[in-house]
Amino acid sequence: MLRDITIGQYYPAESVLHKLDPRTKLMATLLYMVSLFVFRGAPGFAVVTAALCLVIWLSKVPFGYMVKGLKAIVVILLITAVFNLFLTPGEAIFTFWKLKITYEGLQNAGFMVIRLIYLILGSSILTLTTTPNQLTDGLEKSMKPLNKIHVPVHEIAMMMSIALRFIPILIEETDKIMKAQLARGADFESGNLLKKAKSMVPLLVPLFISAFRRANDLAMAMEARCYHGGEGRTKMKPLKYRRLDGTAYIIVFVYFAIVIWIRIA
Amino acid sequence: MSIILDKVNYVYSEKTAYQIQALKDISLKIEDGEFIGVIGHTGSGKSTLIQHLNGLMRATSGGIYYQGQDIYDQDFSRHKLRGKVGLVFQYPEHQLFETTIFADVCFGPKNQGFCKKDAELKAFTALRSVGLPEDYWYRSPFELSGGQKRRVAIAGVLAMEPEVLILDEPTAGLDPKGRDEILDQVAKLHQERQLTVILVSHSMEDVAKYVERLIVMNQGSVLFDGTPKEVFSHYQKLESVGLAAPQVTYLMHDLRKHGMQVQGTATTLEEAKHSILQAFAEKGKPIC
Repeated sequence: MLRDITIGQYYPAESVLHKLDPRTKLMATLLYMVSLFVFRGAPGFAVVTAALCLVIWLSKVPFGYMVKGLKAIVVILLITAVFNLFLTPGEAIFTFWKLKITYEGLQNAGFMVIRLIYLILGSSILTLTTTPNQLTDGLEKSMKPLNKIHVPVHEIAMMMSIALRFIPILIEETDKIMKAQLARGADFESGNLLKKAKSMVPLLVPLFISAFRRANDLAMAMEARCYHGGEGRTKMKPLKYRRLDGTAYIIVFVYFAIVIWIRIA
Repeated sequence: MSIILDKVNYVYSEKTAYQIQALKDISLKIEDGEFIGVIGHTGSGKSTLIQHLNGLMRATSGGIYYQGQDIYDQDFSRHKLRGKVGLVFQYPEHQLFETTIFADVCFGPKNQGFCKKDAELKAFTALRSVGLPEDYWYRSPFELSGGQKRRVAIAGVLAMEPEVLILDEPTAGLDPKGRDEILDQVAKLHQERQLTVILVSHSMEDVAKYVERLIVMNQGSVLFDGTPKEVFSHYQKLESVGLAAPQVTYLMHDLRKHGMQVQGTATTLEEAKHSILQAFAEKGKPIC
């Protein structure tokens, strides 16, 4: 049941995107996100959509798999759409009591929903094609200059990679404890809100205990292997830019320039 | 009256890159009052199989019948089934959550809808039957040792008074004494209450000692199904799928190879002892 959460998961495949350096992908994702808020009008929209389609095709991740990740944000999408629909001033096309839907509101709602969907799809391509380890390596290396102003870059990256690594473990653990309590006749679904919240106790108490136990074990295991922070630590697979990354950077910058040009022109 | 599995298939993460077929066309019949062992190496589908028996997992295809009723039927209450087919998971001590041991054991019967008094009576009986001393009952479950916690967890399932008790590696991570105590208690319950017991285990010695019927799983299918003696006579085949026969079976085979007239099929220490003594007696040598 909990296995089906796809947001932030890695999808193993042999594609150009999987082979790119994580720093390249981080940069590209960042620029794509900015471009989503920069683009204007139909031509801009066409360029943004074409870029997304191209990247989805290149990633070799099944489209259906990606769309499943969107389920998690349906509520946010609905709220955004409703607020934009009713609260944008302009030419009314439909009035009901004190609420009115305007032409501008309709347009805004449409664009906002599309923006959010593209945002999630774009960033999920990053996580789908990059392993958590690569991702934090990439982040650590790109943020390295911040070390000069005493930002603990390595520690942040380590915490991130541990947190990411723990997501599937905790999901699995939740699944296991849930099943164990179900086997003892627990009921997580029926009843009102209060009863439902109460029924979570047999799930949450063991989950917290197990999370603390695991954190403790991990800290022990890291110390046993002489972990003492980032200073002087070398990498088994240091990140290296390749020719492919250069090409990717050029394509991304050209794309970004086009979006900005459409906006200005 | 029994549990019947009819061509059960189960596929994890269907239609994704992670797709794994965990069960392949499993057909089994489990009679009332049997003591069954299930063995197989990691990932052979043992745990998946037992989770089907109480309806926690739903087969991708195939049918499961409990006492003649289809458990996937619309009107069939899987909630009630879980009270009848008690499942004790691996490391069950991880599911304890109440402030006292006694309250934790009451959790199952309370969920079944029994009033406080009845639930407490059932918890009382269950804690007694796993042999946990009474002065522990009102302590926090987190103060106990590993073996004691596990007994509490088993009591938590027994308190629901199941007709079938399934244990997923109940002795994993316990010392030899704790292991024997728990298995002896389970065997006692089986004899006294005619409880059907299904024991998933990695220890060939344990299954040889306790169970009457042994099911060997390999890559999601049933490889062997018979008495421990029959199954362990195929020890070469068992080795090829990453399992083994009990140590004594190897010893007896070696003894035979060196010309001693012993039974090669012995699977427990008692049998082996008996057979070796007999071999000496027949030879007319003095037994020391």
